[in-house]
Amino acid sequence: MSTAVATVPTEPDYGVLAAVRWAVARDLRVALRSRAELGVQLLFYVIVVSVFPLASSPDRALLAAMGPGVLWVASLLASLLALPRLFASDFGDGTLEQIALSPYPLPALVAGKALAHWLTTGLPVVVLAPILGVQYALDAQVLAIVAASLLIGTPILSLLGGIGAALTLGTRGGGSLLALLILPLYVPVLIFGAGSADAWRAGLSVAPNLSLLGAGLLITLVGAPFAMAAAVRIALD
Amino acid sequence: MLEAIDLTARRGSAVLFTRLRLRVDAGRALLITGRNGSGKTTLLRILAGLTQPEEGRVTINGEPAYAMRAHMAFAGHAAALKDELTVEENLRALVELSGETATVEAVRAALVGVELSQQRELPARALSAGQRRRVGLARLALLPRALWLLDEPATALDTAGLRVLADLVAQRLRAGGAVVAATHQPLDLLADRTDSYALQ
Repeated sequence: MSTAVATVPTEPDYGVLAAVRWAVARDLRVALRSRAELGVQLLFYVIVVSVFPLASSPDRALLAAMGPGVLWVASLLASLLALPRLFASDFGDGTLEQIALSPYPLPALVAGKALAHWLTTGLPVVVLAPILGVQYALDAQVLAIVAASLLIGTPILSLLGGIGAALTLGTRGGGSLLALLILPLYVPVLIFGAGSADAWRAGLSVAPNLSLLGAGLLITLVGAPFAMAAAVRIALD
Repeated sequence: MLEAIDLTARRGSAVLFTRLRLRVDAGRALLITGRNGSGKTTLLRILAGLTQPEEGRVTINGEPAYAMRAHMAFAGHAAALKDELTVEENLRALVELSGETATVEAVRAALVGVELSQQRELPARALSAGQRRRVGLARLALLPRALWLLDEPATALDTAGLRVLADLVAQRLRAGGAVVAATHQPLDLLADRTDSYALQ
C-alpha cells in the first residue's frame, strides 16, 4: 500500500441520491441554457396535437374518441425527439467517460439523466395535455385521466428511451435506429395509457389501466438504470 | 501502485500488444510513447478500466482498477466540457462528479493557476483548444488522486501551458502520487522520477 492512498482517511460514501442530484442538476442547467431547443420540442408537441382536429372532421364525438390517443402518440414522439441527445452530447465531449469513471454508481448517474429528460420533455407534456385536450371536446374527467396516465406513463418513456439512446451511441444514423428500436417498446405504454380514457368512456374503471402503467413504471424504474449503465459501458469499451 | 499483468489488446483484427506488463510505483511517472495508432490510448483506457483487455488484468494497490476509480483521475482526449456552461460551472461539475467537494475559492484558485481567471464566466464554447486543455489541468489540480492517467496531455498547450502541466505533475509526484501519460511528443517531466515505455 502506498502513502498516497493513506492520505484518504476514510472511504467517503458515494451515495445514490447524490449521484442522481448531480446528474439532474447538471442536465437541467444545460437544458435551460439551450432554451430554444427545449421550446422547439414543446412546440412540436403542441403542433402535432393541433393538426389532427384541422385534418379530420369537426364532429365532437369523433374528436372526443380520438383525443386521448392523439395526445398519447404526440407525447411518444415528443419524448423520442429529445432522446438522441440524451447520451450523445456527453459521449461526444468526453463527459460520458468521466461519468463512467466517477466513484458514484453509474446506474444512479444515468437514472438522473433520464429523470432530467423526463423533467424537460415529459413533465411539460403532462402539464400541456389538459390544455391542448380542449381542442378535442374532452370533458374535465377525461382530461384528468389523460393527464394522470401521462404522469405515470411518460417517465417509463424516458427510462426505456434512455436504454435505446445508450445502445445506439456511436452508431451512424443513431436517431432513426433509435426510433425503430424504441417505438415497439413504447407500444404497451401507449395501449394502457390511451386505453385508460377509453375505459372511462365505456363506463369501466380506469384503475386496471393506471395500475398496469404504475407496475410498468416500477419495473422500468428498477431495471432500466442498470440496462442503461451496461449499455453506456459497452459504448465506451 | 499500478500494475498491469499480461495485457493483450486488439483493435478490430489488428493486435496492438500482447502480454504487456508494466508497473508504476508511488511517486513515479510513466510515459507511454509510440507512433500514432500504436495503442497508447487503448492502453490508457484499459488502465482506467474503460476498455476491457482481451486478456490480462490491471490492479491498483492490488485491487481491480475499476473498483479503485475513486483513487484515480483520467484525462482523455476530450476535456469533458459542456459548451453551454461557464468555465467555472464546468469545473465545479467535473470535480463534484469525481466525488470531491470544491469550494468557490479552490475552484477560482485553480483557474488562476492555469491562467484562466479572466475566462471564468465565459461559456466553454468560447474557449480555444488550448484553453479547454487548461481547464482539464485545473480539474487535475483539484483532484489530488493517487493516480493520474493522462492521454496526450500536451496537445494544444502553449509553452506556458506545458509549464503548468509539468509543475502539476511534479507536485503530484512529490506528494507520492503516480502519473501515467500517453504521449507522442517529449514531455519535460521530472527526469529522475520518470520512466518511459515505448509501444511498438
